[in-house]
Amino acid sequence: MGCVLSNVLEVERLSVRFGRRTILRDLSFTAAAGDALAIIGPNGSGKTVLFKALIGAIPYDGVIRWAEGTRIGYVPQKLDIERDLPLTGMDFLHAKTDVTGCARQEIGRALELVALPSMVVTQALGALSGGQFQRLLLAFALLGNPTVLLCDEPTAGVDEPGEESLYAMIRRVQQTAHLTVLLISHELNLVYRYATAVLCLGRYGGSCYGPPLEILTPERLQEMYGTAMGFHVHDHA
Amino acid sequence: MTMLSVLPLPIAMAAAAGLMGCFALMRRMALASDALAHVALPGIALALALRLNPVLGGLAALLCGTLLVWALEHRTHVPTEAVIGVVFSAALAIGSMLTSGEELIEALFGEPGSVGVLENLLGLAAAVLVMSFVWRAKSRLVIALISPDMARTAGVNVERLDLHFLLAFALTVALGLRFLGVLLMGSLIIIPAVTARQLARGLNGMLVIAAALAIAATLIGLYAGPALHVAAGPATIAVAAMFFFLSLLASRLHAHFRLS
Repeated sequence: MGCVLSNVLEVERLSVRFGRRTILRDLSFTAAAGDALAIIGPNGSGKTVLFKALIGAIPYDGVIRWAEGTRIGYVPQKLDIERDLPLTGMDFLHAKTDVTGCARQEIGRALELVALPSMVVTQALGALSGGQFQRLLLAFALLGNPTVLLCDEPTAGVDEPGEESLYAMIRRVQQTAHLTVLLISHELNLVYRYATAVLCLGRYGGSCYGPPLEILTPERLQEMYGTAMGFHVHDHA
Repeated sequence: MTMLSVLPLPIAMAAAAGLMGCFALMRRMALASDALAHVALPGIALALALRLNPVLGGLAALLCGTLLVWALEHRTHVPTEAVIGVVFSAALAIGSMLTSGEELIEALFGEPGSVGVLENLLGLAAAVLVMSFVWRAKSRLVIALISPDMARTAGVNVERLDLHFLLAFALTVALGLRFLGVLLMGSLIIIPAVTARQLARGLNGMLVIAAALAIAATLIGLYAGPALHVAAGPATIAVAAMFFFLSLLASRLHAHFRLS
């Protein structure tokens, strides 16, 4: 996938339309190796649509360039799976090693990175808690040595202490595996703490892109969200 | 022709049905797959009118039907259930109008009789093709049913996989047209898979149990049907349904003893 670039990802004038409705308009941004790019914005601003365009799941106009040798690990938004699906976590992880051709021993390393005991993944998927399932998805994404991780609201459906640890885990995984991370999140405090750059999508096709200190200002956020966000920078960042 | 020489095809057909059923069920196609089988009827009717092999007519109609479903799923925003509800019910109606009384009953419920050498060999080859598809595509199918987007990033061509799955499904239904007919083949695909889901903990267990139950139901139906003076096709499905109710009982008992 991709070509020789100084950045891992370059997006130029990206537009996505569903019928007559424009979801993304002339979006341009880049992500360098090791970046943690947070994508924020109100509901319906096209954050998930952007990810779907980046992985080639939907048609788009404009340019999306991935660097040569890029391998993407994708953690989707909360999945609605049947509780009685006869699949264990291990079935799911084995499927990834089969498809990507990576060694099954890598499963142990991925589970270690996401702090998920191997006993847990021998259970049926429907028996896992929300937090365990999200960790399983993260472990799945890490198999096959990805260079980029796309996480779409990885903490949706996870309680708050769990949410905190999941973000901390993504950051630890990013540093351990030297990954570039693109992260969709509604948690502005966490974005401020972990992101190296922020892409903010507005409800009506507008966008802004830059370092967290520039983007996460009350004025910018009000402009993009259309309402006061009550976000304040915390000292412990 | 001895009984032993005609058994390999029903066994292979049942194994293919059991395996395909597991993924049809997990892909939430339980009802759709039953309706999808009905599309074979106009093909059978046309083949009979043109004095061609009815199974080949049914297969041609099934292939056209599945290609239509795939194209509508991937090229339009029309919900698949709506397409299946309208197109395949219409196919059943048109097929019924084109077929005469006795032929219609045979097409709907099957009539296991003597099968020619060529049809036997083609049937066996098709069953092996379906089984090898399920075995080779198992991992890709698992990832795609959890999340098509995760499958894409793992390097799976999801659209092509969907097409291959539907074609394998059409082939499986066609395999059962001679034995079980248009109405009952969908049941042999789904019921053993539903039963296996009650009993299995993981994917491989479910695949093995579903294939074994489908084979067992088919063999019992083929032997017990004529002995009890009932058609083998309905007897096969009745046995499969009995396995399902027994599996419900078994899972209840298992839960009861685990709690006590």
